[in-house]
Amino acid sequence: MRRPRACFVGASAGGVTALQKLLLELDDDFRLPMIVVQHLHPSTNVTPSLIYRSRARLSFVEAEDKAPIEEGHVYFAPADYHLLVEKTFRFGLSSDRHVQHARPSIDVLFESAAIAYGADACGVVLTGANQDGAAGLRAIADEGGFAMVQDAADAEFPLMPSSALKAVPSARTGTIAEIAKELSRISRS
Amino acid sequence: MTKIDEVERHLFFEGIYLKYGYDFRQYAEASLDRRLAGLLGDYQASSLLDLLKRALREPEEFRKILGSLTINTSEFFRDPTFFKVLRESVFPVLKTYSKVTIWSAGCSTGEEVLSLAIALKEEGLDRRATIHATDINPFVLKSAKTGIFEASCIPTFNKNYAAAGGTGTPSQYYGAEYGLVRFNPDLLENVVFSEHNLATDAAFLEAHLILCRNVFIYFSRELQERALELFARSLVHKGFLALGSKETLRFSSLAPNFQAVSPGENVFSLLSRSEPKP
Ligand SMILES: C[S@@+](CC[C@H](N)C(=O)[O-])C[C@H]1O[C@@H](n2cnc3c(N)ncnc32)[C@H](O)[C@@H]1O
Repeated sequence: MRRPRACFVGASAGGVTALQKLLLELDDDFRLPMIVVQHLHPSTNVTPSLIYRSRARLSFVEAEDKAPIEEGHVYFAPADYHLLVEKTFRFGLSSDRHVQHARPSIDVLFESAAIAYGADACGVVLTGANQDGAAGLRAIADEGGFAMVQDAADAEFPLMPSSALKAVPSARTGTIAEIAKELSRISRS
Repeated sequence: MTKIDEVERHLFFEGIYLKYGYDFRQYAEASLDRRLAGLLGDYQASSLLDLLKRALREPEEFRKILGSLTINTSEFFRDPTFFKVLRESVFPVLKTYSKVTIWSAGCSTGEEVLSLAIALKEEGLDRRATIHATDINPFVLKSAKTGIFEASCIPTFNKNYAAAGGTGTPSQYYGAEYGLVRFNPDLLENVVFSEHNLATDAAFLEAHLILCRNVFIYFSRELQERALELFARSLVHKGFLALGSKETLRFSSLAPNFQAVSPGENVFSLLSRSEPKP
């Protein structure tokens, strides 16, 4: 397997806690760009750096339109916008209609990642009470990218990860701790 | 999502451009591809070449396709704090001019223009201000000109009006008619609506304030650059430019020409023109 050049993470209900744990468990030398869609209420205005911590020296930022994607950063989709990646490895935002009842939608991010990064993308679907992310993870896997899904038993809300696993039966599954370990290994490889 | 073939996308937009003059060749690709994939599904077309054939032969269909390629979502006093900044930091400067020209570029269905007109009125600037409201899409302009909206927009209007620093009662600006609301026609008295394409058309006015909100996210960096040059040429010295709340000049080579007035709300003022006045 090639070392993915970026990892894309989708989380919904229960996601903030799951992400806090995942980010805390990453090794201190983790550098891989991480791009996150966490479903939130459209009017929430969160400052990622106030919510998330990590042992690794990572910057937690909201993804900005046209910003280049860089190592050592964890990017979060702004509330009420779809977040996409372009073939130029920069971000794009859009107010196109909701997908899977969600904006930002995990499918939208992942499908753009599959097109832009091809086999160099890594997709991770965490806890959630809907089916967003399943089609997107399929798209990443179809391009030869690396797919991971949180163990349904480990997830606070299992519907989202189990739907993703149904769409991509070959995806690697694991607890948050195991996913963090795997991501750390990939980042080093 | 159906994957869009690069060559077909290219031919599709070349064809549209040659036939109708609409230039989508430099829009942000990732979201545009999603809209194209949606269109292929809607038309049950197997490829963009089939869709192009229809668009070329049937202008009526092209109009519909045009509508699906642009995102027209808008809202009254969208990002209320932005309108507050306008009233507090921009209007006081506009008051020093005897005539004020404002350009709302990408005005869509008119919510932004009416919000602006109301704020100008409450600040006593309505008589000296002319608003030029432009968009690429003739359909949204036609609807904007009527001043009529679905009544469902009213809760947002009322809520945002107060948050945006409105000093009157929101209901003084509209009347309800059969599930619709009509905004007072005098609000649109000094508004000129016209088609203008930021990708292809030239500068046509000298403005004190340009609003181009929630349009840049649909453009590539190259197209943003073109539009910014156009704005720099269309603004008076120290004129204001307002972008959407998630749009930034940070990644543009023209950033040094602008100074942030209110960084949080993406309001800038022009320091120097990129070119002398024509
Ligand atoms: C999302 S709406 C923004 C409406 C309003 N400014 C607001 O912020 O609520 C974007 C508008 O930009 C228009 N637009 C897209 N491409 C354009 C172009 N090349 N030139 C002018 N307007 C364009 C679309 O037709 C659409 O009405």
